[in-house]
Amino acid sequence: MIIADRKPLEEIQEMIKPYDNIMLVGCKGCVTVCNVGGLKEVQILASTLRIARKKEGRPIKIEERMLERQCDPEYIEQLRDVYDQYDAVLSMACGVGPQFLSEAYPEQRFFPTVNTTFMGGAVRHGVWEERCAGCGTCIIHFFDGMCPISRCSKSLQHGPCGGSAAGKCEIAKDVVCVWDLIVRKKTEQGRLEDLRRYWAAKDWRTARDGGPRKSIREELVQ
Amino acid sequence: MSDNGYKSGSNLERVLKAGHFAFTGECGPPKGANVEHLNEKMAPLKGVVDAINVTDNQTAVVRMSSKAASALMVQAGLEPNFQMVCRDRNRIAMQSDILGIHALGIRNMLCLSGDHQKFGNHPEAKNVYDLDSMQLIALAKKMRDEGKFLNDEEIDGPPKLFIGAAANPFADPTEFRVYRLANKIDAGADFIQTQCIYNMPRFREFMKRAVDMGLTERAYILAGVTPMKSAGMAKYMAKFVPGMDVPAELIKRLEGAGKGKMAEEGIKFAIEQIEEFKQMAGVAGVHLMAIEWEHKVPEIAERAGVLPRPVMDPA
Repeated sequence: MIIADRKPLEEIQEMIKPYDNIMLVGCKGCVTVCNVGGLKEVQILASTLRIARKKEGRPIKIEERMLERQCDPEYIEQLRDVYDQYDAVLSMACGVGPQFLSEAYPEQRFFPTVNTTFMGGAVRHGVWEERCAGCGTCIIHFFDGMCPISRCSKSLQHGPCGGSAAGKCEIAKDVVCVWDLIVRKKTEQGRLEDLRRYWAAKDWRTARDGGPRKSIREELVQ
Repeated sequence: MSDNGYKSGSNLERVLKAGHFAFTGECGPPKGANVEHLNEKMAPLKGVVDAINVTDNQTAVVRMSSKAASALMVQAGLEPNFQMVCRDRNRIAMQSDILGIHALGIRNMLCLSGDHQKFGNHPEAKNVYDLDSMQLIALAKKMRDEGKFLNDEEIDGPPKLFIGAAANPFADPTEFRVYRLANKIDAGADFIQTQCIYNMPRFREFMKRAVDMGLTERAYILAGVTPMKSAGMAKYMAKFVPGMDVPAELIKRLEGAGKGKMAEEGIKFAIEQIEEFKQMAGVAGVHLMAIEWEHKVPEIAERAGVLPRPVMDPA
């Protein structure tokens, strides 16, 4: 799923400084699962902002709202009757949300309240890790289910580099060297010879380097 | 290979091909456009080493470009070993720089991944890593031997470079290191310069495996030596430099030398190492990285018995 972190409160307060009546829209998709933009987080942020503004002597009205997803026009449409009743709208979805909202309602101003960080999963409760860089050409099966593109700090296809020490990456002691994991697994399973393979220079056109991407499923397009 | 039988005809290649025990040095370009400073650093190396590695923004700290510093070296009559890292350039810039350095008279190139920018003085930077070091080696070889760019277009004047790569026998996972060396040689490395060696038993083991695998028949391996200036430096390297193996006995030995005598003890250890490398099967030379200690290189070379350097006929 898409992982995000809540923006610092001060940054959000600064965004809404000019406004007295806003809507805060959460998303039931990824950000609910990673506990950053679901119903609970919407309620907490709304209360916090209200209290802070009350203290300043400038109370603010905040409407709380949840959408099934903010990455689908069908659900974005559900705000059609209400979107213009507010000075501004805050989205708690990933970066897709505020953009889809802005595209649907060009007259309104939309603000992101989270920083979208990566595609990954929960490795334990409250801890998420990156697992996919969305390079558009998946090769994880050659590396025993581990992705060197997203998980190696240098995206090396021929690792590990000379900075791998005791299973950790050179950039920080708490960053696992994925190449160490790959080599260990290959060794354990007697397939170290797999790593004698040469990988030709990767074609990054399928990644973000090729420009903004689009996926067209012909059978679904009317 | 060109008509004269050399891949690039660099001095380093000629020295190695003739069977001499090679001796290379290193020079970090200045943190500025101060050419005088660069001249001061490289002057002591003249006639003392076969080629000088010119580092490419090492530890991700911005310095004068290795391309410019290498070209200045050529002008001064010294032979550079131009270092190129994958961190800062995509394949377009890499190929362009390879053509450029050859045009400037540079004939050796060392292909490296590069230290991650997180270490350096611009940790906010975006990195590139379009190619990795293995692919950079293969690219330089393709440009030289096939006369083609990565996209298979013909090159008007292929760059004939003597291609180097690095190997760290001490990084983890240890058992894989010799395979990675083999991969680099397969990709096209003509010579290898290793990371600084302090743990001699581990290096002996590494070399034995390299020899057994026939790797030393296919590429020249230069053993990396960095003399310790003090026990403090040794401790720092042991603790903070990833992939560095500094045995406790060495730290003890340096401390035992006492204040004011540690640098001499460090040099003594380096000389003992060089003496052993001369005899070690598969080792074709030494790469001396005297970090900010370039003026000590002539003395170390003299005492290690690697002078005078062979004077080769032009290729």
